[in-house]
Formats: sequence, structure tokens, C-alpha cells
Amino acid sequence: MDELLREYLPILIFLGVALGLSIVMIVASLITGEQKPDAEKLSAYECGFDAFSDARGRFDVRFYLVSILFIIFDLEVAFLFPWAVSLGDIGTFGFWSMMVFLGVLTVGFAYEWKKGALEWE
Amino acid sequence: MTVTALVFYLFAAITVASGFMVISARNPVHSVLFLILAFFNAAGLFLLLGAEFLAMILVIVYVGAVAVLFLFVVMMLDVNFVELRQGFLQYLPVGALIGLILLVELLLVFGSWSVLPEAGNLAAARAPDAATLSNTDALGRILYTQYLLPFQAAGAILLVAMIGAIVLTLRSRPGVKRQKISDQVTRTMETAVEVKKVQPGQGI
Repeated sequence: MDELLREYLPILIFLGVALGLSIVMIVASLITGEQKPDAEKLSAYECGFDAFSDARGRFDVRFYLVSILFIIFDLEVAFLFPWAVSLGDIGTFGFWSMMVFLGVLTVGFAYEWKKGALEWE
Repeated sequence: MTVTALVFYLFAAITVASGFMVISARNPVHSVLFLILAFFNAAGLFLLLGAEFLAMILVIVYVGAVAVLFLFVVMMLDVNFVELRQGFLQYLPVGALIGLILLVELLLVFGSWSVLPEAGNLAAARAPDAATLSNTDALGRILYTQYLLPFQAAGAILLVAMIGAIVLTLRSRPGVKRQKISDQVTRTMETAVEVKKVQPGQGI
């Protein structure tokens, strides 16, 4: 167990350095920089506009459909990883069990292709 | 090991704090971002338990896909969340009741472990030794054979979700011109070209 965690130690150190560095940069600019905000400085400048409307407008529902389909195929791929790792041990039965699973999802894939859900009008 | 304990408390504290921020942040987009932070820290906790595969899947599926979907939903629903919050106190008793029921259930689970030590042994016996078998391999060895039925049920659920999403959200808009290659290829000369005889000095 400890060897496993030791392999992840560089990531932990990296996270620590990233966190520390970002905090130092923000705090240092707060301390050393001179800050005298006024209305003109804080307004949109150069090529910027004032916002026309709230950003929380309505999206096309198609984005949602693409996102859902992405999650489904993401999960399908997630199931493939342990299968590929342990394929030598689970034998023919395990192999065909995954083939049935993939077959079921391929039916769905054919359906969505036929319906044109993958096309953007 | 003290470093492990320290890292555990760090991850656990950030998870709880960001979970609290999810429900208390004013801006719903900030809520989703705190949810992502909570997912990352939960992945760290999984890693500390030795469940590498679950940690990576949590990052890939939950952070990469589910959180994006949440953001879409938050953006798409044109809801005034400040207005929605007005009835907060009104719904507080119901929410507190549900939280209490969940707490009692969790206490029952851990209570049964402490009352019946054999129950804890039973749960621990299922996990293979992490030194000899990686987490991914251990999952793969039982998921596709011993737990065949739940696995295939998961496939069926994914299929239903796919078809349901298409049926509910796919609208074909009228008047959209799109390229249909088969139509283009199957055109014959009769439908495409018209020969007109033009008399001299007259238009068509």
C-alpha cells in the first residue's frame, strides 16, 4: 500500500507547489501593487463592451444532447479498462460478456446515427 | 504513517468544506465549480484507500463529463436562483428530516459493524491484497464474470439513457438546408438539365 502511495508523492508535491505559488503571486500583487480604483478604471476598456444581457441565457438543447451522449460513451470506455487489464484471467466468458455489452450499446449508436443526433444542423 | 494521515485530513476537510460551499454559494456556477473541487478531493481520498481505478474514473467521468453536464443545465435553465432561495426556510424542516434519516442509516451501518465484528471481517475479506493485485485487475476479474447480470443491466440502462435523451431532445428544425450526398449522386441528367430551344430575337 505504501509503495502505491509513494508513487503518487510527486503529484502531491506538485499540487503543493502550485497552490503555494498561486497564493504567493496573488498576495504579493496585493501587497506590493498600488491600488487606487475608480469608476473609470474599473469599467470595460479598449475593445470591451458593457454586457448586453445576462450570461445565463438559453442554450440550444442540442448541447445537452451531445453532452449526454458523451457521458454514455465515456462510461462505456470506462468499463473497457478493467476488462482489458484482466482479459487473461477471465477467459472466453468474460470476453463474450463484454461483446454483448458492446453490442447493446452499438444498437444505441446505430439508432442515434440513423436519427441524425450526431449531425449539427 | 503520519503523512498519509495528514493528507487524509487535508482532503477530507477540503471535501467537506467545498460540499458546504456547493449548497451555500450564491452563484450556481460557483456551486458547480465547488462540486468539481469536491470530486477532485474525493478522488484523492480514493487514492489513499488504494482504489486507483475508482479515483481516475471519478476524475474522468464525474469531473470530465458529469460536471460539464451540470454546467450546461445550470446555464440552460434560465432560473432566477435568488428568487428560488426565498422559500429556503419553508423547505428547511423537510430537508432536515431527510438528512436525519440518512444520518441514522449511516449510524446503523457502522453500528452493526461494531456490534457484530464478523460483519466487518466479511467486508474486508472480499478485497484482495493490494500488493499482489492492482485495483483495476481485481475489479476486472469479478465484474464481467461473477457480476455478469449487473454489468449487462448497466449496458441496458446506458442504452435506455441514450434513446431517452435522443427522443426527448432531438428536434429537426424545418427549413434547414443540409447536404445529402446520396441525393446529389443519384440525380440523373433528366432531373438536372433542361434543354430549351430559344427562338432568335425572343427571350425564354
